[in-house]
Amino acid sequence: MTMTPTPTKPWAASTKDRTIDGAIFAGSLLSSYLVVSVTPMKGKLAYFACFFIAYAIFTTAFKGIQRGNAAAKDALVNSLVAIGAIVTVIPAASILATVLKKGLPGISFGLFTHDMALATPTDPLSNGGLLHAITGTLTLMLLSLVMSVPIGILTALYLTEIKGRFTAPIRFLVQAMSGVPSIVAGLFILSAILYPITKAYSGLMGALSLTILMIPTIARTSEEVLNLIPNDLREAGTALGGTQWRTVAMIVLPAAKSGLVTAVILGVARIAGETAPILLLTGGGDKVNPNAFNGPMGSLPYYIWKSFNAGSPEAITRAWAGLLVLVGLVLFLFTSARFLGTRKVSK
Amino acid sequence: MTTSHESENQDMQTSVKPSSLADVANAKAPKVPGTAALGTGLETRGVHAWFGKHHALSNISLDFAAGTVTALIGPSGCGKSTFIRTINRMHEFIPGAAMAGEVLLDGKDVYAPGTDVTKIRLQIGMVFQKPNPFPSMTIGENVLSGLKLAQIKVDNKDDLLEECLERAGLWSEVKDRLGAHGGSLSGGQQQRLCIARALAVRPQVLLMDEPCSALDPGSTLRIEDTIRHLSDTMTIIIVTHNMQQAARVSDYTAFFLSDGGPGQMIEVAPTSDIFSRPQDSRTESYVTGRFG
Repeated sequence: MTMTPTPTKPWAASTKDRTIDGAIFAGSLLSSYLVVSVTPMKGKLAYFACFFIAYAIFTTAFKGIQRGNAAAKDALVNSLVAIGAIVTVIPAASILATVLKKGLPGISFGLFTHDMALATPTDPLSNGGLLHAITGTLTLMLLSLVMSVPIGILTALYLTEIKGRFTAPIRFLVQAMSGVPSIVAGLFILSAILYPITKAYSGLMGALSLTILMIPTIARTSEEVLNLIPNDLREAGTALGGTQWRTVAMIVLPAAKSGLVTAVILGVARIAGETAPILLLTGGGDKVNPNAFNGPMGSLPYYIWKSFNAGSPEAITRAWAGLLVLVGLVLFLFTSARFLGTRKVSK
Repeated sequence: MTTSHESENQDMQTSVKPSSLADVANAKAPKVPGTAALGTGLETRGVHAWFGKHHALSNISLDFAAGTVTALIGPSGCGKSTFIRTINRMHEFIPGAAMAGEVLLDGKDVYAPGTDVTKIRLQIGMVFQKPNPFPSMTIGENVLSGLKLAQIKVDNKDDLLEECLERAGLWSEVKDRLGAHGGSLSGGQQQRLCIARALAVRPQVLLMDEPCSALDPGSTLRIEDTIRHLSDTMTIIIVTHNMQQAARVSDYTAFFLSDGGPGQMIEVAPTSDIFSRPQDSRTESYVTGRFG
């Protein structure tokens, strides 16, 4: 009879290793406390910085003594990578925390059912709401999506599938366009369309400028996604008697679907909080305006900007609430788009 | 699966001794060309191919009688794949590609002006080296994808689906999960799925570009089985690096070689002749394993 051996993990950290790690951690905490209290440095940031430096030094030194030079380098790089990751997360988490903390007091049910038509920014919070801003932002997003997604994806298809004579200049232009500052896009629509032609603020004007900002993001990301689709699939489609268009529509685009959804998400992310062109072109407005083609249209960034400018404590609370709603809205859109994109692919 | 056993036995008997390849080729039932009512076959006349300035293929004239299997053998880079890609006009997708000569299907040049190239590719199907089922489609959708791509209407799709999978030797393995993704199959199954996909549009000619080079021996034998069955109803041209495979499945074998210049066809003959009494010394060196 053979005995089944007990499964073990000889590579796992032993109790001794863990104790040492804990000791290094505690030692780093202690030394950062000592350093900060002895030197004139002050504040949380100083603690963080000293802790990270101490931790990197201690682990490197210890591994060096224990296992030699190579292990010391490995430990040093490991701790630098970990520090880098944490340093990246801290600002994002801190922004989210601040928005939540300052925004939550301003959130109420009335916020989502009323607009500011009959309220001024300095009114008490029970008056008015940001319904006009939410509907305005959604309208702007929808309009810009309707215009930029087809143009962006068709541009990407030209670059990856047709590869015509203009591929190089178009790729260059798209790359240059993705660096256009948003205020330039706003001024362009203002001087090229709003002043000479429509002569009136409207949601459409804002959406046009946002479209200019979105197209390069969508086109570039889609191009990269489409380039990842193996050429085998295109050849297989054509070898089965499909025209190029049928092959692209039936095989290439479905295969790239989740990546294209990501491209659209990145496009929305590019414009969701865009304020400068909105200020120039939509005309603000405190009333729900369902018509994007006529009359001023509010939006969340505009509402936030206007409320902060008003300056009263109520108005500032409104601004933070608006920020929280904007962040929540973007998060919601991303999550649902991601969900839709992956669900259809793994059907 | 009796046929599969036969081919396994055959494989073991032949082992790797090159001289026995001729026995394998002879052991097959001789095939009378043109028995199937499949049109008059395929013919190439003086086909050349270029990639930019690089002359890849020189003056290939070959006849492929309807209902036969022809194997193209030769060392890497001798233009075999390029040659079959000129037959179904896939060669022209490579930037800088050029060609000369005629490819006649039922007597009509597929490169003649005004030819509908998508129709040509429906008549001349292709199976690629790497299995490439469409990732966004189920097994069933993959098989019928050619019909959708070419916008062909058929009355009973289910019958066609079963027939194609049956002929590709895959039906029994997938009939209960036609709704699963093509990518969930093993490599050998995926390749048979690609064969079924090519069959669904009912091609006259099937081009196979090293269809087994990415597969295990078991899957290879099953696909060879499939090829032998298919040859009753269509003309098959198979590029292979495996000479045993050429001996096992083909009626005719053409030997391609490049002496540093463009690839040329050195010799074409019934498969048993190529392996037992090749006319050209270079063919003999290659099939006996002295180079390549």
